[in-house]
Amino acid sequence: MTSLTTSIGHNAPAPALSAAGGDVPDYFALLKPRVMVLVIFTALVGMVVSQGHVQPMIGAISLLAIAVGAGASGCLNMWWDADIDAVMSRTATRPIPSGRITSEEALGFGLFLSVASVVVLGLAANLLAAALLAFTIVFYAVVYSMWLKRATAQNIVIGGAAGALPPVIGQAVVTGSVGIESLILFAIIFIWTPPHFWALALIKADEYARAGIPMMPNVAGPASTRRQIVWYSLLLAPLGLAPVALGFGGLVYAVIGLVGGVGMVAFSIRVLRNREGEAERRAALGMFGFSILYLFALFSALLAEQSFGLFRPVLG
Amino acid sequence: MQDPEIQYRPLTPEEERRRRKRSIAIALALGAWVLLFFVLTIVKLGPQILSRPL
Repeated sequence: MTSLTTSIGHNAPAPALSAAGGDVPDYFALLKPRVMVLVIFTALVGMVVSQGHVQPMIGAISLLAIAVGAGASGCLNMWWDADIDAVMSRTATRPIPSGRITSEEALGFGLFLSVASVVVLGLAANLLAAALLAFTIVFYAVVYSMWLKRATAQNIVIGGAAGALPPVIGQAVVTGSVGIESLILFAIIFIWTPPHFWALALIKADEYARAGIPMMPNVAGPASTRRQIVWYSLLLAPLGLAPVALGFGGLVYAVIGLVGGVGMVAFSIRVLRNREGEAERRAALGMFGFSILYLFALFSALLAEQSFGLFRPVLG
Repeated sequence: MQDPEIQYRPLTPEEERRRRKRSIAIALALGAWVLLFFVLTIVKLGPQILSRPL
């Protein structure tokens, strides 16, 4: 049995590779499994806050399709960004830059899963949900990865729309339409994204500079980035309470949203004040970590209230 | 006919092992794909799948 020696294409560096390909876990890693878990979670919350009913098996298949679609867009992102991934410590061990999978394999894998996930969602749920999933994949893989990421410091601000869409797709699965509930969840994730990623970008500014990515700290400077993190956190804190005002967030959600919102603002002010050395690093890491906890807690509260009978209205 | 520009070489035992695992994974994925469409058909159409004009 023989194999041809080839090299990886597109932007990636080109170590000699075997066409024998990678191991099964390498292909799974191309799908960014942690992002897939987050997508399943937020899409599920989008489904449960919707005023409607979906047959459980249809709901499960739809969630699977949404997760695979998100994984496919992650795979296409890794295909396009292999050159960047190779020079950043956080991503250098990914399957393409480390030479375990070729660019061509990743491209084929990502395109196949993209089409398959959209077709399955269209057959299982409806055309609107399938169209929204297709839009999300194209937005992340083409608009964000191929264009925004290397072109503007607003890359993750605009690109954040792709990560914010799963709750909207979830509601479309259940109701066949898009309502205010999922649009509010979209807005929360959208406004949450910049302070979350910029906290990490403050620490990794050197690596982004080496990779030529115009992240906010590299373009506008760390001081401006810190101020913007505070502004976005100030916007996010009241926005996080919008589900309470609109009646689909109850008492548990209100308490978590209030405490979490105050926490986001407090962590952002800590980032603003600590500008040197280890204190700067700890403040940014604290912001990054707390932002994940905050979003997870908000969506968990909605899920618990809607699914386990914990909902107690705050207003009216 | 082989392209003279491309150099061929035997697979290593590790590459053989990886290819076998990939083949099994593809087989399982195909099975899951068929099962998915079967379940989808039953759930979407239900008993109506049998009540069609002949």
